[in-house]
Amino acid sequence: MKDVIIEAKEVKKTLGRGAGQVQALRGVDLSLRKGELTLLMGPSGSGKTTLLLILGCMLTPSSGTVAVCGASTSDADKEGLAKIRRDHIGFVFQSYHLFPTLTARQNVQLALDIRDHHGRDAAKKAREALALVGLEQKANALPDALSGGEQQRVAIARAFVANPSVILADEPTSALDSDNGRAIMRILVEAAHERDRAVLVVTHDPRIVPFADRIIEIEDGLLVEEKSGEPEHLRMPKAAAWP
Amino acid sequence: MSLVMTLAWRNLFHDRLRFIATLVGIVFSVVLVMVQMGLYLGFGQMVTTMIDHANADLWVLPKGSKCFEDPSLLDSKLREKVATVDGVASVVPLVIGFSDWRTESGEVTPVFIVGADMKADALQPWNVVEGDVRALSQWGTVAVDRSYFDRLGIKRLGDTAEIRGHRVKVVALTDGIRSFTTTPYVFVDQKDARFYTGTFPSKASELIVRLKVDADRAGAIAAIRDRVGDAEVLTTDEFRKRSRSFWLFGTGAGAALFAGALLGVIVGTVIVAQTLYSSTKDHLSEFATLRAMGSSNNYIYNVIIYQALLNAVIGFIFAAAIGFEVVRMTARSALPIVITPWLVAALLVLTIVMCVVSGLGAIIRVVRIDPATVFMR
Repeated sequence: MKDVIIEAKEVKKTLGRGAGQVQALRGVDLSLRKGELTLLMGPSGSGKTTLLLILGCMLTPSSGTVAVCGASTSDADKEGLAKIRRDHIGFVFQSYHLFPTLTARQNVQLALDIRDHHGRDAAKKAREALALVGLEQKANALPDALSGGEQQRVAIARAFVANPSVILADEPTSALDSDNGRAIMRILVEAAHERDRAVLVVTHDPRIVPFADRIIEIEDGLLVEEKSGEPEHLRMPKAAAWP
Repeated sequence: MSLVMTLAWRNLFHDRLRFIATLVGIVFSVVLVMVQMGLYLGFGQMVTTMIDHANADLWVLPKGSKCFEDPSLLDSKLREKVATVDGVASVVPLVIGFSDWRTESGEVTPVFIVGADMKADALQPWNVVEGDVRALSQWGTVAVDRSYFDRLGIKRLGDTAEIRGHRVKVVALTDGIRSFTTTPYVFVDQKDARFYTGTFPSKASELIVRLKVDADRAGAIAAIRDRVGDAEVLTTDEFRKRSRSFWLFGTGAGAALFAGALLGVIVGTVIVAQTLYSSTKDHLSEFATLRAMGSSNNYIYNVIIYQALLNAVIGFIFAAAIGFEVVRMTARSALPIVITPWLVAALLVLTIVMCVVSGLGAIIRVVRIDPATVFMR
């Protein structure tokens, strides 16, 4: 059994109030493990994003527990949750969320800067992270001068650079073409397998199924199916696979 | 170096028009405060210029006298009483007051007569650029400032006019002895001043007292107070403070200057607060991303505070340049604006405080950011 990085037990989450109240999660048990790329799939409104926010320490569950690298999120205040994110989690966002006024290198370095890692060494690490995603030549480019795929690669370098134990990626390929989507997934697989990180990818995109070590399906706030093993054992609609 | 400064700098420069508007607001505010406070200091110096240039340790004044220009009178006999006090080196009576100056062409203008014994070196015209102060000992001679040539209808040394029907000749010219009341000072000998102001020989406006170098200062002051009855005895510093207090606060002039300065601070704070708030609002998604990435609130506060500090420092540099130009332009006016190193330092601190306080609104907005919003876009 690989090391568990994030463990959620009996997580329930109610959103809204009164008549508009919705039970987004209705008792989720989930473990994210080192060296494993997990896909979280499900239709819109199934609770994927809520689960991602709870695992990413941006929301706390209404009941149940979440532990990140052994640290419980239940009693943490906003700053405490931010510290857990800072110490253990790297994020890849669907819309990249790069800083338009900073260069690619500075965007990556920002992840070190908020962790009090400054100076030349931080700049060197940022350049190395960009090299890992194949963008060392674009270190001084502003996001506007980069393609969508390049911007997402910068965002991945930013998520990796501080060496987090877990990477949470929200629809990382949804805005990309096949080539770029494939390239992004290869980087995430490499992060899981060669750098021993736990990677969770929330997606609608069935084309990325072959890259997963494990697939979890969520529906109406409950995990309904979990598959793991070699890629051929995982469900992959043929029509949806990348050419 | 942290990227906080880079981020703050780029956030500011991202919208140059707004940055320029912010700077204009800060410069306007700081220049306004600088001018008001510079006028306050200038006024404070102008109203005590005679006291500052008198060679006096102590001043004997009529009871309740508020300033150098106070028209109250003393009994001249006090001079002898004070002169016999142990430790007193000299006592020189001053005769001051308003009078009429008639030019050769017949125009009449008010003047302020300052009369002292010109041999006694108690209060003589300074910054003499032409003529000889010693000539003032002769009857019918005056010293005036050349900045008042037009008002006094004279063009050069040796020109003549009339004061209260007495012909006078200009024997000395000064530079920069200007009155905040705009009424020209005219220096004359004390004997002449009595004719020009209608002061009887038994009276004097003030007594200028010099103490011996080795005098027991406290003892001498106490002894003089014992002998002068109702009259007041003030040190030069006390008299200076009393004069400033009267002209600046007794007349309301100082309060008006402070009110103007306060207005400048309020305008500056509002402008900077508004622009910082709108800049922060424009960059909310970036601050939310930082928060989602795990940055502490302090990191984000620092970005906003650095933005405020950059605004403050850049705005202050422009404001200081304008301020010094204003000082240069008003140097020879009736009321010059005075900017001291302390005022510059205080204004820099005030600008920084103003800009940082202005950032509070933006910080309060940032505190409410929900990092989860980055997953919604």
